[in-house]
Amino acid sequence: MDQGSHQQPALRVYLRVWIWLFVLSVLSYLVDLSGLEGLLKWGLITLFMLLKAGLIVAFFMHMAWERLSIVYTVLVPPAVLLFLAALMALEADYTLSSRLGIFAS
Amino acid sequence: MANPHPGSPLSPEEISRPTPQAGMSGLVNDWAAERRVFDMPWGKTMMWLFILSDVFIFACFLVGYMVLRISTVEPWPDASEVFALTVGGQSIPLLLIAIMTFILISSSGTMALAVKYGYAKDRRKTAALLLITALLGAVFVGMQAFEWTILIGEGVRPWENPWGAAQFGAVFFLITGFHGTHVTIGVIFIVIMAVKVMRGSLEGSRPGFLTGRKGNYGMIESLGLYWHFVDLVWVFIFAFFYLW
Repeated sequence: MDQGSHQQPALRVYLRVWIWLFVLSVLSYLVDLSGLEGLLKWGLITLFMLLKAGLIVAFFMHMAWERLSIVYTVLVPPAVLLFLAALMALEADYTLSSRLGIFAS
Repeated sequence: MANPHPGSPLSPEEISRPTPQAGMSGLVNDWAAERRVFDMPWGKTMMWLFILSDVFIFACFLVGYMVLRISTVEPWPDASEVFALTVGGQSIPLLLIAIMTFILISSSGTMALAVKYGYAKDRRKTAALLLITALLGAVFVGMQAFEWTILIGEGVRPWENPWGAAQFGAVFFLITGFHGTHVTIGVIFIVIMAVKVMRGSLEGSRPGFLTGRKGNYGMIESLGLYWHFVDLVWVFIFAFFYLW
């Protein structure tokens, strides 16, 4: 099997991604330690989470070097999960307001 | 950029393929042309589809967690306090979880390097990196067992806990338990793969124990995809369950 014509990503690509994952983990841990509240806290946690996920998928899972057909097949379907999450958030909000309304007294 | 995964030996059908086009026209061509869509070994395609299905499973768990947490009228237990560890008389929030996160990221790094050295046919480095990955994974599971022990000792059950909303325990045991199971299965398969690499089964294209499928270094890449996915799930659990 000839693999000579293909090249693996250089070692330093992996090491750099690795270091960034560590840095982002430390940052998200610091967000928790710092006692930030509200939108800033959630925004930062989500931002660091998405950056970490992106790094893992793009470099460790090699998505950056794959053809678009597999990239879209894997990444587009999970987008509908955002819709599910939005629907369920509305539903849960309604459940909470019913519980508060009916069980409060 | 050049495609870094050559995968399994070329079949005549693959050799006669048109050279892939870049970008959107390549995508259209892949789906429109009369041939297999994904230009990769079937084992890798199947691993990606399995991961996609597992994404939906974990997403359903996390959405379920969100619903329970939004809709409960009782306060949700504060993860920073629940998962604090006392070191030298001082309580440090989320210490164990932070260490677990670093261990899992490290194992992902060693796994990525194992895939790289596998394709370079460096058997010793590949096997060593796989064993380190398995060891780190085992340490992660061990720490999770430790964490479960602490919480169970404090009275957390799937139906009750001392701090607030009763749903906390159910969600905690379900999500971390399911993730821990994935890690455990991964460790078992990585050890098996390390043995295969050490005895040269992949280089000799020897069929496996339970399958007639011939060994090749693309198998490490598929296993690596699974392992990185397990790490990826932990990124989301860490953010939503422990930090949120």
